[in-house]
Amino acid sequence: MATSESRQLPASQRVVVIGAGIVGNSVAFHLTQLGETEITLIDKGPLPNPGGSTGHASNFIFPVDHSKEMTSLTLESMRQYKGLDVFIESGGIEVARTEERMQELTRRVVSARTWGIEPVSLLTPEEIKELVPFINEELLLGGFYTPGAGVVDSLRAATIMRERAVEAGMTVSANTEVVGLDVERGAVRRVRTDRGDIEADRVVIACGCWSPRIARMAGANIPLTPAVHQMIDIGPAPRFADAKGMIEFPIVRDMDTNMYERQEGTGLEIGSYAHRPIMIDADEIPSIEESPLTPTELPFTQQDFELQMEQALELMPEIVGDESVGVKYAINGLLSVTLDGLPLIGETPEVRGLWSAAAIWIKEGPGAGKTIAELMVHGESEIDVYDSNIARAYPHQKTKAHVQARAAEGFNKMYGIVHPAEQWESDRRVKLPPFYEREQELRAVFYEAAGWERPHWYESNAPLLEEYGDRINQREAEWEARWWSPIINAEHLALRDRAGYIDLTAFAVFDIAGPGALDTVQRVAMRQMDVAVGRVVYTPILLPAGGFKADLTIMRIADDRFRVVTGGGWGMSDLKWFSDHLPTDGSAQVQDQTNTWTTLGLWGPRARDILSSVTSDDVSHEGFPFARWKSIEIGPLEVIASRISYVGDLGWELYVPIEQGARLWDIIAEAGMAHGAVPVGAGVYGTTGRLEKCYRAYGAELEGEYDVVEAGMAWGRVKDQDFVGREAHVAQRESEPAAHMCTLTVDDHTSSSGLKRYMLGGEPILTPDGEPITDPKGRRSYVTSAGAGPSIGKHILMSYLPGEHAQEGEKLQVEYMGERYPVTVAVAGSTPVFDPDNSRVRS
Amino acid sequence: MNILVCVKRVPLTGGKITLTEDERAIQTRHLGFTVSPHEECGAEEAIRLVEQHGGSSTVLTLGPPEAEEQLRDMMAIGIDRGIHLVTDGGEWDPQATAEAIVGAMGLGSEEPYDLLLFGNESADAGNYQVPIRVAQALGVPCVTGIKAITVDGDKLRCEQEIPGGRDVYELPMPAVVSVKEGINLPRYPSVPGRMRAKRKPVASSQPARPESKLEMVRLVLPETSSKQAEVLGHGPEAAPAVVDVLQQIGVM
Amino acid sequence: MILAFVENPADELSQQAVTFARGLGEEVTPIAIDDPVYAPAAWAQTIAEQIERRSPSAVVGPGTERGNEVLAHVAAKLDQPMAANCTSVTPGDPATVIRVRWGGSLLEESKVHGAPVLVTSAAHAVAAEPIADLELVAVSDTVSEADRVARVVDRVEASTAGVSLTDADVVVSGGRGVGSAEGFSVIEELAELLGGAVGCSRAVTSAGWRPHTDQVGQTGTKISPEIYIACGISGATQHMAGCKGAKRLLAINPDGEASIFASADFAVIGDLHEVVPAISAEIRKARGT
Repeated sequence: MATSESRQLPASQRVVVIGAGIVGNSVAFHLTQLGETEITLIDKGPLPNPGGSTGHASNFIFPVDHSKEMTSLTLESMRQYKGLDVFIESGGIEVARTEERMQELTRRVVSARTWGIEPVSLLTPEEIKELVPFINEELLLGGFYTPGAGVVDSLRAATIMRERAVEAGMTVSANTEVVGLDVERGAVRRVRTDRGDIEADRVVIACGCWSPRIARMAGANIPLTPAVHQMIDIGPAPRFADAKGMIEFPIVRDMDTNMYERQEGTGLEIGSYAHRPIMIDADEIPSIEESPLTPTELPFTQQDFELQMEQALELMPEIVGDESVGVKYAINGLLSVTLDGLPLIGETPEVRGLWSAAAIWIKEGPGAGKTIAELMVHGESEIDVYDSNIARAYPHQKTKAHVQARAAEGFNKMYGIVHPAEQWESDRRVKLPPFYEREQELRAVFYEAAGWERPHWYESNAPLLEEYGDRINQREAEWEARWWSPIINAEHLALRDRAGYIDLTAFAVFDIAGPGALDTVQRVAMRQMDVAVGRVVYTPILLPAGGFKADLTIMRIADDRFRVVTGGGWGMSDLKWFSDHLPTDGSAQVQDQTNTWTTLGLWGPRARDILSSVTSDDVSHEGFPFARWKSIEIGPLEVIASRISYVGDLGWELYVPIEQGARLWDIIAEAGMAHGAVPVGAGVYGTTGRLEKCYRAYGAELEGEYDVVEAGMAWGRVKDQDFVGREAHVAQRESEPAAHMCTLTVDDHTSSSGLKRYMLGGEPILTPDGEPITDPKGRRSYVTSAGAGPSIGKHILMSYLPGEHAQEGEKLQVEYMGERYPVTVAVAGSTPVFDPDNSRVRS
Repeated sequence: MNILVCVKRVPLTGGKITLTEDERAIQTRHLGFTVSPHEECGAEEAIRLVEQHGGSSTVLTLGPPEAEEQLRDMMAIGIDRGIHLVTDGGEWDPQATAEAIVGAMGLGSEEPYDLLLFGNESADAGNYQVPIRVAQALGVPCVTGIKAITVDGDKLRCEQEIPGGRDVYELPMPAVVSVKEGINLPRYPSVPGRMRAKRKPVASSQPARPESKLEMVRLVLPETSSKQAEVLGHGPEAAPAVVDVLQQIGVM
Repeated sequence: MILAFVENPADELSQQAVTFARGLGEEVTPIAIDDPVYAPAAWAQTIAEQIERRSPSAVVGPGTERGNEVLAHVAAKLDQPMAANCTSVTPGDPATVIRVRWGGSLLEESKVHGAPVLVTSAAHAVAAEPIADLELVAVSDTVSEADRVARVVDRVEASTAGVSLTDADVVVSGGRGVGSAEGFSVIEELAELLGGAVGCSRAVTSAGWRPHTDQVGQTGTKISPEIYIACGISGATQHMAGCKGAKRLLAINPDGEASIFASADFAVIGDLHEVVPAISAEIRKARGT
C-alpha cells in the first residue's frame, strides 16, 4: 500500500473497471456521466502511472485515417482532450520520400475531406522546410500537413477523468491486483483481488496488453498480443534551447521509413514501427517490482534500431547528427496489437457482463471510453464501432498463433500504403471450403473472407475476356489495377448472359430454435417473421435508435426453427446479437451452423435449366417462387435450395452439409457446362453484381449511423409486433430523411494525365463548385461502395445525399487522388440501375 | 596518453531482484544490461583525458558474447577500441579476472598503457580488489575510490573523497586508478557516436577460467521489510510536522 | 588466532570488525598501523609480514573503503582470495562466508579456498565494541619504495560553496508537478535554507526547465542524501533508481495514490506550490529569522 491511508474495497458494485490507464479512466468517467456511479476502478499499479502503455505513450495524434470508425473515435477523443485542456495543437506533417507515397498522401487529403477534417494540405519540400527548419528537405518529394494534429498529456487526461469520476461517487483502488474473476452460469459475478473481493455483474477489462491474461481468468479471450515499439529520446538540442513552449514544431511522420520524429522541450523523440516485429506473450510481461522502468518499458535492443538511427540522421542531420546531442532514453515500449489492427470493444462473447476495452491507443482512448460506456448503458453508441466489436473474431482468429502472425504482419503496415483490397499473407489456408481443390484447379485467386479461402476470380475464365472484348474496360492506373482483374467483369457478363456458380461457404449460418424461436426473431428482426414454413425473409436488424445492426436473411425451417444466414464478415457479431436477445426463460437457443453447411450459389438466366437437369423436384417459377426455400434432391444429395439473389438474377443458394459440398460442385459444374455456366468469384458477388442492382451492403451503406428510411429500404408497412428499434423506426418513417441512398455513375474517368481513373470507395462527393456536401445531421456525403457495372457499361458509386442533391440527373463531382471527376445521380432510392423492374430475379 | 578502462556488464535491475532456479544468478529475462556506474565514469574520464592530453583509449570487458553491447556502448561515447575477453557467462572470481586482464595487455593496442582505469567496485559482485590485483601483477602503483584526476606531465594527481575533505595522491605513470561515480557526469551517446561505435575495432580472446578461489555457491535474497509512509499531513498545515522531522534527523 | 586490522580504533566500523573477528571462536589480536600517512600497499606489506610472523587462521578488516583496499592489497601480495563485506564466516576448509552484493540487495554464499582467510566485515553486521587491547604496529622497514609510491601527500578541506547533488545531505527535487522553470524558485528556496542541492526528474529536463546535471534518476545522477524531498514527482521507477540511496524520503504529492509514496518514509498530500513555501516559512520561524 502506498500511504497508510489504505481503504477497504466495497463488497459489491454495479461496475468494476480493471485498469487505470487512459482507457479505464475514460470508461469509468463516462459511466458516471451516464449515471452509473457505483463503480470501483482498480489497478495493480500505482497512480497516476500504473505502468501500462499510457505511461510511455508517444501521445501524438494525427486525426486523418482512411477508416471512418477510427477517425470518428479519434475526433471524439481529440474533442475530449481539448476539453480537458491537455491538447497541444502542434500540427503534423507526413512526409514522402517516394512517388508512391505522394500518391498515398493525396489519398489522405481525400480521406480528410471525406471525414470533414479541415484544413489539410499538401506541402512542397520547401514549405516543409519552413515549418520544420531542421529537416533535410532534399530527401523529400512533399508532405501532407494536418495543422490540427497535436500532442496530448494522456496521463493527465486519465487523472482528470478519474478525479471527476471520484467526485461523482466512484471509488479507486490502486496497487490492487486482480487474482480471479468468478463466473456463474456464463455471467461474471465477482472480481477477486489481493485486497478482497467485489461482487459485480459488469466488469470492464481495460488492461491494455495485460488484457488477455485477465480475460483468461474468466474463461474469456481478448485476442491481442503485446508488441514492441521502439523509441528513443535525444537532447538537449541547441536548436530547441530557446523553445518557448513544450512543443513548437510540427510532428514529422517519415512514412516511408515507418518512423516519426517530434520535438518536445529541448529534445527530439524518435519512434519506429520499422524494426522486425517483436511479439511478447502477455504472461511474459514482468511485474512492476521486477521492472527497471515500468513493465511496459522493456530493455531497448540497439541492434533493432541501427537502420532507424541512420534514417533519422539523414532526415534531421542538424539535430540527430549533433555530437553534443545524446540518446537520453531508449525503450522497447509495449503496445497492444490485434488480428486486424482494430480495437477490441464490447462485451466478450464468452462471458456475459465481461466487457473488453482493449487494444485502444491514446488517440482513441477517450472516444472509445465514451463509446463503451454508452454500449454498456444504452446497448448502442453514438459512434458505431461494428468493425471494432470484439465479437467479430471467429474461434481460430482468436488463437495465439493467428493473432501473433497477423499482428506481426500488420505491425510494419502501421505507416504502410495499404490498398483497400489488400489481403493478408500470414496464417492463410486455415479454413478451406469443400470446393477448394476444384477451385485451385481452376486457378482461383483466393481472398480471405471471415477466415475462409474464397475465390475472388478464376484465372481459368481468362478466355471470357476475348468473348466480351470491348465491354470489359482495363484499368490503366496501377493503383486500381492492384488486387483486381478484368476477369471479374467478364465473369459478371457470363453470369448475366448464361449462369455462374459461386462459393458462398463463408456465410455465417445459425439457427434460432425452440418454443420461443418465433418471439425471438420477431423481436430482433424488423420484418414480419410470422410467415409460413418455407418462406425466406430478407430483413434489416435494427439498433434501438433505428440504425442498422445488420441485414440478413432468415428461413423459416419449422414452426419452432429459423435459420439465419448472414455475411461472414459480421457473422459472429450477428450471432452474439441474437444470443443477447434470447428469452431469459430458456425457451429458445442459438445453434451455430456455420461449419455445418456449405453454400453454392447458382444464378443467371440459365440457372433453372441447369438445376432442373439435375433434380426431379419442381423448380419452375410457379412451383418454386421467389423468396422460398425447399428441400430438393440433387443426385444423392439432399439440398436446401433457397430462391433469393444478391446478384439480381434468377437462381438459388444451394445448402448441403459441408462434407458433401465437393459432390454438389461437381454435379452443378458438369450440368452447367452445357449451358455455358462458369465459376464466378466474390468480385462479382460482393461488388459488380450487387452494385448494378443497388443492393446495399452492411458495413458500407448500412451501419448504425443511417436508418432504414435513409437507406431507401422502408418498403411495406411496419409490423404490429414490437421489435428492437421499432419506436425509432416509426418516427423515422414519419419525418423527412436527412439523406437518401443514391446510386451515381461516373461521367468521365479521364484524369489530367490522360489516364482513366476508377474510384474504389471512400471518396467525398462534391457539388459542381467543389464544395463538400453535408446533410442536415452534419454527415458528409462520401462513396460508400464503388465498382464496375459491366452490364450497364458504367462505373457505379453509392452515396447518401441530402434531399436537395438526391435527384435523378443531378450533376455532382467526386474527388479521387487529388482530382475531380463528374458524376450523375442515376437513382435516388432503391430502384436498380440494371433491370429496374427486377424481372430477371422473378422470372 | 594511452588509457585502458575496464568495465563489467551488469543487469539493469528494477525494484525487485529475483533469482534463477539454481540460485546462482539474477533472473535477467526481463532486464536490460549496462556497465557498472563507477566504470561508466571511468570510461568518461578516459575520454576526457584523451581529449585533453591526446592519445587513445581502449575499453576491456570480461564477459559473455553479449557483453560486446557494453563495449559498443562505451565506444559510442568516445572510447576508440575494444577488447573482449569472452566467457561462457559464469562467474569469474577476482583473482581469475585480474589474471585475465593482465594476460590481455597488448591485445588491443601495441602501445603500453600509461593509465589503467577501473571502477571502484562492480555494481553486482562488489569485490573491491580487481584493480589492486592487476596493479600488483603489473608492478605499478594503484589508488582507489578516486573522484578527480589531473595529469601533469607523466604524473597523476588523484583526489580521494574522505569525510570532511579530500586526500591527494601523486603517482607516476603507468598506474592503476579506480574511480567512483561523481568524478564526472558521463555523457550520453550521440547518434553519430552510436553509428561510429559499430565500426570500431574489437579484439577478442577466450581465456580459460581457472579454479575459483572465492567460489560463489549460491545467492540469497535478504529479508526485506515493507515500507509504510507516515503521512505528516495534508497541504500547508503539514509544514510544522515536516520541520520536526528535519530537526530529528539533524539536517536543520 | 585471528588478526583484526583496525583502520581507526575510534571508528565504529573498525570496532565492528574486531567484534566480528571475536565471533569466530579464536583468540583475536587487533592491530593498527602506526603511521599517520596512509599508503595502502605499504600498510598491506606490513600486515603481510605480521601474517608471516603470527600465522593467523584469518585476517579480518573493516568493510570500509580503506579496510577493503588494504585487505585487497594483502590478498594480492599473498596471492590469496579475499572476501569483502561479509556478514558471516564459518571456519573450515574451505571457510564459508556470506557476503553482500548489489549494495545490500542480495547476499552471496561463497567458499574461500585460501589461508589465512582474508575477509572484511560488512557494515553493521555486528555491534561495535570498544577495543581494549589494540596493538600498534609500525610500518615495516622492509617495505619497498614501490609500495610507498601511492600515499596521501596532501589533504584538501571540503569547500563550503555549492553543494553537489551526490554530496548533499539534503536534496530537494521537483518533478512535472512544478509546472515551469519559474516554478522551481520555491524548490531552490527550501534547498538553500537546508544547505542542500536542487534535483529534478527526467520530465523536467526534457521540458528544459532545469539543466541535465540536476537530473536525479537512472539516466541522471544517483544520490544518497540523509533526506530526499521529492516534490510533485510521481515516482517513476526510472526516477526512483536514482534516489533509492537516500536514507529517508519525504514525498509531497497531491495524489495520495502516487507511486512515490510506496517508497516514501514520510508523505505530505498536497500541492507543492502551497506546501513547500509553508515548510520554508516554518524553518525560518524555527530559526527565528
